[in-house]
Amino acid sequence: MSSSETATDAAEGTEAEEAEAPPRDDRREAILARITEVLGDAVVGSHIRPGDDLWVRVDRDAWPDVHELASRRLGCTYFSFLSGLDWLPSPFGRDMDSQEDILTKGTEAKEPAPMASGYAGGDTRFQVFSRVNSPTEAYGITFKADLPDDDLSIRTLVPIFAGAQWHEREAREMFGFTFTGNPYPVNLYLPGAFEGYPLRKDFPLLSRRVKPWPGIVDVEPMPGQDSDEGEGEDG
Amino acid sequence: MTAVVPDAEQRAYVAAQAADARVNVEFESEGMTLNIGPQHPATHGTLRIVAKLDGEQVVSCEPVPGYMHRGYEKLTEVRTYPQINTLVNRLDWVGSFANEVPFILAAEKLMDVEAPPRAQHIRTILFEMSRLANIVLFLGDLGAQMGGVTAVFYGFRDREFVLNQIEAVTGGRFHPNFDRIGGIKDDLPKGWIAETKVAMQKVREFCDEVEDLLIGNEIFKMRARGVGVIPADVALSYGLSGANLRASGVDYDIRRDGGAPGLAYDKVDWKVITHVDGDCFARCWVRLQEVRESVKICEQLLDTIPAGPIMAKVPRIIKVPEGEAYAETENPLGIMGYYVASKGDLTPFRVKIRTPSFNNISVVPWVAKGVYVPDVITILASLYFILGDIDK
Repeated sequence: MSSSETATDAAEGTEAEEAEAPPRDDRREAILARITEVLGDAVVGSHIRPGDDLWVRVDRDAWPDVHELASRRLGCTYFSFLSGLDWLPSPFGRDMDSQEDILTKGTEAKEPAPMASGYAGGDTRFQVFSRVNSPTEAYGITFKADLPDDDLSIRTLVPIFAGAQWHEREAREMFGFTFTGNPYPVNLYLPGAFEGYPLRKDFPLLSRRVKPWPGIVDVEPMPGQDSDEGEGEDG
Repeated sequence: MTAVVPDAEQRAYVAAQAADARVNVEFESEGMTLNIGPQHPATHGTLRIVAKLDGEQVVSCEPVPGYMHRGYEKLTEVRTYPQINTLVNRLDWVGSFANEVPFILAAEKLMDVEAPPRAQHIRTILFEMSRLANIVLFLGDLGAQMGGVTAVFYGFRDREFVLNQIEAVTGGRFHPNFDRIGGIKDDLPKGWIAETKVAMQKVREFCDEVEDLLIGNEIFKMRARGVGVIPADVALSYGLSGANLRASGVDYDIRRDGGAPGLAYDKVDWKVITHVDGDCFARCWVRLQEVRESVKICEQLLDTIPAGPIMAKVPRIIKVPEGEAYAETENPLGIMGYYVASKGDLTPFRVKIRTPSFNNISVVPWVAKGVYVPDVITILASLYFILGDIDK
């Protein structure tokens, strides 16, 4: 409902919006305030994109608590997904981007940027993140938690959301996280003897290492266009 | 092995089902493990199911996915945004266009681009038509899985009318790859609207036929009613979506509740169908009614396509600004979402694909406990999954 309001706002008055202060989202501010009120210092970061989404980063120890709070008190009874994030810049360079730099600008590939986390911040390379929705109020919250490199373990969500079971098994095999208390921690997709954690940034995508993606030949400068920032022709 | 179930009501439900299974223990029948699949006529795609049986009853049942895992989440990290569009087409291969839309919406959110109204309209029409192509096949295939092959031929026959229309506008029957950041690739061909209305009428007739043949059939009702009941709170905590969730009485549809900017659902008049039973029959019935609603949406949208451009202004080489965005839509199978984290490059930094079938099938160990062996097939058929959608 709120998103349809913002959609009409954007359609009607772009000039009006420019004159106003940066848009605020009172409903999401209120939800964040409630989470902070209950969990206190365990909320270590947050981000709100008005009219769209809410990110909350919590302490690792408060991971099940914040989900319990969302499920029981905030009406977010719908479990959407759980997965991991690896913020390490790829040690294999920027692949497509660097190839594109060489082809279109003739310059050498840029160095990858230093490691930086996304919305709601982060101090560690690995983060676990999840999303819950409220089926009645039409909003969702993305939760994140930092996992220190020397101990990639976090408490399981299965007692709160039974559907977290498969997602935790997937995050376990793909990132190497440990979910303490998960009742059946075995590989879901990968064969039992698989070595390595495929979705970590330092796990090489071998097919890409031995042969560049042939689609790169599509990126060629159009006549009369010097930079890649040019506007495309209208449809 | 099974999930911890918190509520007393749920615990009582599980206990009742376990008690049924225990009946066989009193007869001292021996346990046995039945391996269904990965290649077996009763499974579609390569889903393997390991069922521990006690006599005729299932004691525990664990689906084993991964025989077709293609690593799309890893591949997205080395593909540009337009290239990812062709990849995600192959998730739910029966309703392909619908897979592209949430990804494009997530990218549009990050780029702060909005498609023009005409593009939004056509996008929504194609989105609903891929739902028709998907669910019409489901309703036909349902017959085959439950032992009545006739319905399959009706399903495949009438799905063609929808696929022909999708092909006429996109050029692809299965993998349109037609959605673009900021709009759609092409405008509609001449005469397409009138032809599509005829196709919609065919789908409507198909619904009546299936209702006579299958959903209203006595034998079908006996096999599906009261089997595989999923209560609303279990459905929510497992993250079921689509008809599986609404058949459990949860009135939740992203088309209405998500207000997805970039789609034109707020401009049409339609209903969200729910059912209170939560059994196999309810899931099939909800899908049948949703096809009818979908036809209604399409017909209204076909009459009200606004004039104007089909593409917003976007750079030719798409670099998505730094940030994170999550967009989800109500796909034929349920809620599909893409969580895109971008570092401002040509390729995304990380894409988490939330596929509906993954959550929908994760409930199987819970729901198949204590049922009889043929009911496992009924439950799987009614939960309706596409293997590419589970395995990613």
